[in-house]
Amino acid sequence: MVPLDHYLVLSAMVFTIGVIGVLIRRNLIVLLMSIELMLNAVNLTFVTFSRFLGSIEGQVVVLFVMAVAAAEAVVGLAIIIAVFRHRQSLDPRELQLLKW
Amino acid sequence: MMSLALFYILAGLLVVAALTVVLQRNVVYCAMALIAALFLIALLFLTLHAPLIGVLQVLIYAGAIMVLFLFVIMLLSPSAMEQRRGWWSLGGVAALLLGATLIALMAGREPPEGPVPAIELFGSPEMVGKSLFTDFILPFEIVSVLLLVAIIGAVVLAKRGP
Repeated sequence: MVPLDHYLVLSAMVFTIGVIGVLIRRNLIVLLMSIELMLNAVNLTFVTFSRFLGSIEGQVVVLFVMAVAAAEAVVGLAIIIAVFRHRQSLDPRELQLLKW
Repeated sequence: MMSLALFYILAGLLVVAALTVVLQRNVVYCAMALIAALFLIALLFLTLHAPLIGVLQVLIYAGAIMVLFLFVIMLLSPSAMEQRRGWWSLGGVAALLLGATLIALMAGREPPEGPVPAIELFGSPEMVGKSLFTDFILPFEIVSVLLLVAIIGAVVLAKRGP
């Protein structure tokens, strides 16, 4: 059986890759995709602990995370569409209307 | 031994797919790589005795959310390539520091009293459903309200203004 820390390290690596995507990309859609990647890494941790501690609650929480991620993606993409209509661009640097 | 080899294959493919999402400059390729990563995570769920979660992962993420992403990409048809940013390495270094900290914390951890042997029904729809509708009934109802708010919000936000 695969040891616990293998899953945890894999999940940490995927989470880090998601953080890198949020920090270095300049495209709002890819930013949202990187956030999905981070949410999935956390889901993997939840399921891993659910298996290794023998309690089902971890899997139930993953269901809630999926529902919240779906809501987040829908609203985020709607905001991206609204922003694109105003600016004709997906570059987050353009969103500085409030900047002094 | 077999399961360890399977894990390493899945983990290697998952890291490659995740890196492709982050480093690929064509947005459609990013979306395809993300779909592959989500499938691989679903397979990892299956190796952890979570068949229901694995199936839902494919249905909800790969089936619904990624189709939505692809629709938006094609609707907006952004210029396919984005410019490389000049000082992007700063963000990369910060993220790598975070990753090194996380991995140092995680590596070598063992569960408190060893892995619990999986019982017959672990991860089955019956067991998840029983927990969902008894201990988690209030969050379950709140999620339904959240989804309603998300539907209304998306329609209001994406509707063409007067």
